Amino acid sequence: MNADHPMHGVAPEPGVRKPDPVLIATDLQRSFGGLQAVDVKHLEIQRHTVTSLIGPNGAGKTTLFNLLTGFDAPDHGEWHLNGGPLVGIAAFQVARRGMVRTFQLTRSLARLTVMDNMLVAAKDNKGEGLWGALTGGWHATEHANEERANELLERFGLEHMTDEFAGSLSGGQRKLLEMARALMMNPEVVMLDEPMAGVNPALTQSLLTHITGLRDGGKTVIFVEHDMDVVQEISDWVVVMAEGRVIAEGRPEEIAKNRTVIDAYLGEQHGEAAS
Amino acid sequence: MDWGSVFIDGILATIGPVTAAYAISAIGLNLQFGYAGLLNFGHVAFMLVGAYGMAITVDVGGPLWLGIIVGILVAAFLGFLLGLPTLRLRADYLAITTIAAAEAIRLVVRSSWAQPLTNGVFGIQGFADSFFDLNPFPPAELYGIGSLVVTGRKLWVMIVGWTIAALLTLLIRRLINSPWGRVLKAIREDEDATTSLGKNVFSYKLQALMIGGAIGGIAGMLLAIEQQNVTPDAYLPQVTFILYVIVILGGAGTILGPIVGAVVFQFLFFTIDALMVNTQANIGWVGDLLTPAAAGQVKLVLVGVGMMVLMVFRPQGILGSREEALIDER
Repeated sequence: MNADHPMHGVAPEPGVRKPDPVLIATDLQRSFGGLQAVDVKHLEIQRHTVTSLIGPNGAGKTTLFNLLTGFDAPDHGEWHLNGGPLVGIAAFQVARRGMVRTFQLTRSLARLTVMDNMLVAAKDNKGEGLWGALTGGWHATEHANEERANELLERFGLEHMTDEFAGSLSGGQRKLLEMARALMMNPEVVMLDEPMAGVNPALTQSLLTHITGLRDGGKTVIFVEHDMDVVQEISDWVVVMAEGRVIAEGRPEEIAKNRTVIDAYLGEQHGEAAS
Repeated sequence: MDWGSVFIDGILATIGPVTAAYAISAIGLNLQFGYAGLLNFGHVAFMLVGAYGMAITVDVGGPLWLGIIVGILVAAFLGFLLGLPTLRLRADYLAITTIAAAEAIRLVVRSSWAQPLTNGVFGIQGFADSFFDLNPFPPAELYGIGSLVVTGRKLWVMIVGWTIAALLTLLIRRLINSPWGRVLKAIREDEDATTSLGKNVFSYKLQALMIGGAIGGIAGMLLAIEQQNVTPDAYLPQVTFILYVIVILGGAGTILGPIVGAVVFQFLFFTIDALMVNTQANIGWVGDLLTPAAAGQVKLVLVGVGMMVLMVFRPQGILGSREEALIDER
């Protein structure tokens, strides 16, 4: 274990405190009818790391994402971004405060061009207000935004698609566009909901490079994933959920050996069947 | 069979103030439906409250200019009232609410309970006098070329109507080509994605509903002024659907679509109308087969068939881009 590792010395146990958490959730609960979809006692996300959230289907990962980003309201609990409480804050305001999410099913704005997809994400454009739109004076901001968009599109290999409709991109290009678009907001925390779902192996590799690139560029990345191998490769820290709870946390190599995690993934009977 | 008079009738109806009013109303609906993706199935209600807002204000003794301001404000306020409870919900709720509200408002206006204010089914007259006092053309004089002539009175309403339509088109163009318009289009494509990009989707939808509603109110006022009369039964639900036909025909989500749609629709509608009247009068067996009452229905059937043909061969409308229409929403 490398002493430079950001998670050096953090104990691999659920709910453990981190040295410099950007996001802290406490007692977060959400139920749908009789089903307790999320029941997280305590969870901290370390700044400037790639934290992956794994767990079997129905473990509550996406629901937790929805709660943290304001797309769903919890029955109970509180959570803070950089010490600021996010309880009762609307989803669009959570995004403005620097925590941006993507969706499991890619949401490109199909009948907008790739450039418009990027520009719509930019913050603080006074032309987005009705008064500003009527009176003008937003073109300088627009040009600056276009420059930034071009840089990002180049970084994600989409510069040749700038004027195409987003709906005409391939599935993989849409994933890249969604990531680039999220960055247009200059977020502090990027939350990716299964970015690797339905993506071919070559693109998976490129997406992984982009994700670590985000961290190296000073962002905190949280992403949901099924595939343990993918997680091993790029995560600094892994949080495992099952039945709405955080059942394990730790460095990837620790998680791979964790008995509880193996049970959750393969079912508790697998050991008995073998014996 | 007099083809000349068939086309003259068609053209006169097409350039007339009623077409201008439909074009204006469609501009409002296009902002809501074509750009923001809002399913407002009660657009006629905005026209109604605009017209009545103006007529009642003048009727109780206010000046016409105040009536026009009241009409615009009341129509925008209706958008606020309808949007507040429904725009946070799924799109269908707005559709249900607006279609029901439009009929409810019409029935309330024509009820005996509202008669002291609205004069019930008889409607309100005589509110437009000060508008026609401003008419620079002698009202009975004929203007035009050949047999294509309109009275000075009609010419005045036409000029005002089409000027308003042009100004509103410029206003919408400015709005749509701004970052504000881009957010609106983003909402049409995907509300959740737009929310995740830090935009207050609810606020934008409410703004679109209110501005589109106010524009609908202006159209209602123009129609009332042209007819110098407001009656509740001029605001039946089918007006909304004719407006949808106009918006889709012209090309939903295009700047000039509502105007092109209104002109083409009115021209076809009234040419068919004149054609049928003409054949009934001049060709014996058609007159025997088609009574004037049946002819009205047949006209609507032809409009329906025309819409179906359009949807099959040109789903994007006259001005819409084919490339855009073919994008599937994944």
